[in-house]
Amino acid sequence: MDSIKSWLARSGMGSVLILALIIVVVFPLTMDLFRLNLVGKYLTYAFVAVGLVMLWGYGGVLSLGQGVFFGLGGYMMAMFMKLEASDPETTKIQSTPGIPDFMDWNQITELPLWWEPFRHLPLALLAVLLVPTVLAFIISFAMFRRRVGGVYFAIITQAVCLILTVLIVGQQGYTGGVNGITDLKTILGWDTRTDEAKYILYFLNAGLLIAAILLCRWIQLSKLGTLLLAMRDKEDRVRFSGYDVSMFKVFAFCLAAMLSAIGGAMFVLQVGFMSPSLVGIVPSIEMVIFAAVGGRMSLVGAVYGALLVNFGKTYFSESFPDLWLFLMAALFIGVVLAFPNGLAGLYESHVKPRLGKRKDKPASGANSTPSSDVPPAIPLHSGASHGGKPLARTALPDGVQGTSA
Amino acid sequence: MSLTDIMNITLMQGFAGLSLFSVLLLMGLGLAIIFGQMGVINMAHGEFMTIGAYTIYMFSSLTETFLPGFASMYFPFAIAAAFCIAFAFGWFIEWALIRHLYKRPLDTLLATWGLSLAMQQTFRSTFGAREVSPTLPDWLLGSWAPAEGLDIPINGLFVLALTALVTGGVLLALYRSRWGLRVRATVANRPMANATGINTSRTDRLTFAIGCGIAGIAGAAFTTIGSTGPTSGSLYIVDAFLVVTFGGAGSLLGTVASAFGIAQTQSIAEFFMTGSMAKVLTLMMIVTILMLRPQGLFASKIRR
Amino acid sequence: MSNTDFVLAVEDLTVSFDGFKAIDALTLYVDRGELRVIIGPNGAGKTTLLDLICGKTRASGGSIKFKNIEMTKMAEHKIVRSGIGRKFQTPSIYENLSVFKNLEVSFPRGRSVFGALGFRCTDEVKARVQSVADEISLGDSLDIEAGLLSHGQKQWLEIGMLLMQEPELLMLDEPIAGMSVRERELTGELLQRICKGRSVIVIEHDMDFVKRIAHKVTVMHQGKILAEGSMDKVQNDPKVIDVYLGH
Repeated sequence: MDSIKSWLARSGMGSVLILALIIVVVFPLTMDLFRLNLVGKYLTYAFVAVGLVMLWGYGGVLSLGQGVFFGLGGYMMAMFMKLEASDPETTKIQSTPGIPDFMDWNQITELPLWWEPFRHLPLALLAVLLVPTVLAFIISFAMFRRRVGGVYFAIITQAVCLILTVLIVGQQGYTGGVNGITDLKTILGWDTRTDEAKYILYFLNAGLLIAAILLCRWIQLSKLGTLLLAMRDKEDRVRFSGYDVSMFKVFAFCLAAMLSAIGGAMFVLQVGFMSPSLVGIVPSIEMVIFAAVGGRMSLVGAVYGALLVNFGKTYFSESFPDLWLFLMAALFIGVVLAFPNGLAGLYESHVKPRLGKRKDKPASGANSTPSSDVPPAIPLHSGASHGGKPLARTALPDGVQGTSA
Repeated sequence: MSLTDIMNITLMQGFAGLSLFSVLLLMGLGLAIIFGQMGVINMAHGEFMTIGAYTIYMFSSLTETFLPGFASMYFPFAIAAAFCIAFAFGWFIEWALIRHLYKRPLDTLLATWGLSLAMQQTFRSTFGAREVSPTLPDWLLGSWAPAEGLDIPINGLFVLALTALVTGGVLLALYRSRWGLRVRATVANRPMANATGINTSRTDRLTFAIGCGIAGIAGAAFTTIGSTGPTSGSLYIVDAFLVVTFGGAGSLLGTVASAFGIAQTQSIAEFFMTGSMAKVLTLMMIVTILMLRPQGLFASKIRR
Repeated sequence: MSNTDFVLAVEDLTVSFDGFKAIDALTLYVDRGELRVIIGPNGAGKTTLLDLICGKTRASGGSIKFKNIEMTKMAEHKIVRSGIGRKFQTPSIYENLSVFKNLEVSFPRGRSVFGALGFRCTDEVKARVQSVADEISLGDSLDIEAGLLSHGQKQWLEIGMLLMQEPELLMLDEPIAGMSVRERELTGELLQRICKGRSVIVIEHDMDFVKRIAHKVTVMHQGKILAEGSMDKVQNDPKVIDVYLGH
C-alpha cells in the first residue's frame, strides 16, 4: 500500500486519477446532457492547453498559433462528415448534387481533388493526426534550426494563424467561408446528434484527454522531459552535451500540434460544426490563458484552467456581457503579474503545506532512489494522494457551481 | 485603351501602394521604437491607435456642437491631442504594468493582450459598439487631378505627408536628441548606461510613451481613410508586428524598407487576384523570408 | 591541410567580427594525453578559440581538425559527439535539477529525440554517475539540488558532466575561478587524474596553478600565438614579459 502511495506521489498519478474521477464520474452523474455536452466542448480546448504545458511550460516556447492546429484537425474531421452529409440523395435539389451545399452556392460544379481523400474515414483520421503535425514540423524545423525563439516565434505563429484565417474566409467555395462547415450529422451512418451518441462521444473525449495527459506525463518523466527542463535553464550546456537542441523543441511543438488537432476533431464530433472563429488569433491566445490559469507547468492544471475559464466565460458573457472582457483582462494581467504558476502554483504554495501538517509528512518515496528525483521546478500535485480528493473537489467546482447555480 | 490611360492606371495603382505603405509605416513606427529599441511586445499597440482615432472623433463632435466656425481648423489640434493622450496613457501603462515585466517578454505579451481586451471594452462602453467617423474638414475631401484621367485622393496625400513628417521626426529625435542618445545607449548596454548616469527606467518610460504617442498619431491619420470601432486596432496588430520584424528589429530604416516592400507586394498582387488572396500571398512571403532570414532585412551585426 | 598525428590540429584559423580579427591566422597542435594551458591577457582571444573549436562561433577561415576530421562546418552537437567536451567560464549547470540528474543527463546515450524517450536509467548508468561523482568529490551530494552547491562545487559538477561523456579532448575555461585554496588543490589533482588517456586544454590566469598542472603552455596575444613551450621557457620569454608587464 505504501509503495502504491509513494508511486502515486512520485509520478503525479494521484492528481491524474482525481481528474479522471471528476470528468468521467462526477460530471456525468451531476450534470444534464446539455451541460455535459458543454463540458465536453471545453475539454476539447483542454487538449490544446495540455499541449501548451509541454511546449510552453516545459519547452519554454510560446506559440500563439495553436488555433491553426485545432482548426486543421477540426476542419478535416468536418470535411469528412460534410461529404457524408452531402450524398446525392439529400442534395438532389442542388444544381450539382453530391457536393457540399456551400460549394453549390458558390457555383462550384465539381468536388475539388483535395477533398477526395476525405470520403474515407481512415484517411480522414490519418489526416487529422498527420497534416497538422507535418505543418508544425515544417514551421518549427525552419525556425528552431536558425535559433529563432521567444517573441519572434510567437509572432510568426500569429502570422500563420492570420494566413489560415484569411485563406479560409477568402476561399468560401472550398472552405465554407466565415460560416464554416455546418450541418454535420453522421459518421459512417452513425448519428452523432442523439443523446446516446453524445454520451459516447463525451466519454471518448474524456478518455482520450486522460490518455493524452498520461502520455505527456510519461514524456515528462523520461529523459526527454528532463532535457526540456534543462534546455530552458541552460540551452548551451545541453547543446554542448551533444544534443541537437532544435529537434527537441521541434518534437515539443509537433506534440502540441497533434494534441490540438485531436482536440479540434473531438470538437467537431461533439459540437457539430467548425468555423474560422476557432482558428484565429483571438482563440489561439485564449487557449494560452487556459494553460496559464491552470499553471503552465501542470498538465492537470491545464484541464482545470480550460474548464474554469470557459465556465466563467459562459456564465459572465450570458449574465454580465460588459464585465466579461474586463474579467478576462484581469485574468491575463493577474496570472502574469501575481500568479505565474496559476492554480497549480496556488495549490502548491497554499493548500499543500496545510495538508502536509495535517497528515504528518509527505511521502518520503521521492528520495528513495536518486534517479526518481522529480525536479522541484515542477509543481506536481504530488501531495494529492493523501486525502487530496476532497480537496480537489473544493478547489475546482467553484466555477462549476457558479454556472449551475 | 491609350498609352496615357495605362500610364494613369499605373500611377494610381502605384499611389495606392504608397498609401498602404504610409499606413503600414505609421503603424510600424511606434512599434519599432517600443519593440525594436526596448524589446517589449505591446499587444495593445492597436488600441493605442484607436485612442488616437477616438480623440479625433471627440474633437470633431465637440467642434461641431460648440465651435462650428472652427470646423476647418480643428484637425491639426486634434492630431496633437491624439499624440498627447496616447502618450500620457502609455506613460501610465509603463509605470503600472510594463516595468514589472522587462525580463519576461512572453509574459509581457500576455499581459498587454489582457490590457487590449480591457481597452476594447472601455471603448465599447464609452463610444458604443458601432463604428464612428469624424466629420472631416473640407480640405481633406475630394481628389487632386494634376492631369486628365488622373485622380489622386487628397486624404491619401495627407496621410503620406504626415507619415513623412513623423518618420523624419522620429529619425531626428533618435539620432540627434539627448533622448535618442539615451535610448541608444540603454539599448546597447543597460548597466553601462546606468553607470554613466542615465536614468534608464525613466528613459524606458519615456520611450514607451513616445511609441504610444506615435500610435495615437497613426490612429488619428486613419480616421481620414476609414471609420473607427472598438476593435479596429486589433485588426492591425499582426501586420504592424510583421512590418517591424521583417525590417529587422532595432533598425528604423529597416522598418521603412519593409513597410514599402510589403505594401508594394500587396498592392501589385491585388491587381491580379482578390484582396484576401493577395493578403495571404504577401503574408506567406513574409513568413517564408523570415524563416530563411530570421533576423529580418536589416539586422545589425553583433558579436555573439 | 595534411593529416597529422595530433589529436587536435588548428591551422591558420581566423575569425573576424566586423573587421576586428579576434583570432588571426592561428596555428596550434595538441598531442594525445597532453595537458595544455593557454594563458594571455584579457581580450587575447582565448575563449574565442575554444568557442571556435567547439563550434559555438564559426571560423572565417582556416581549419580545425580533430582526429583528422574537419570540424569547422560541423554542427555543435556532432562536434561534441565526436569527442570534444567544453566547460564554460561561468559554471553552466542545471540549477533546478539534482546533482544526480545533472550527471545522468550528460550520459552519452539516448541523445536523439526518440532515444531520449526510450532512455532507461540502468544500473550501468547509476554506477557510472556514482563513480564520476566520487571523482569530483560530490559522491555524497547526489540528491542535492545543483543550485545549492558552492561555486567551486558547481565548477566540479560541470567538469563531471563532461567526464560522463568520456571526451577525448576536454576544454576547460578558467576551471578554478572563484575557488578556495583547498578547492584549487583538489582541482589540480583532479586535472592530473583526468588527463590520463585524454587531452585537456585549460585556460587559466593563476600562474602558480598553471605551473603546477601544465605540460606545455601557449601564450596568446591579440588573436595570435606569442610563445609556446614549457612554463619556464615562456616565463623568461622577453615578448611575454613585455605583454604582461609592458605598455
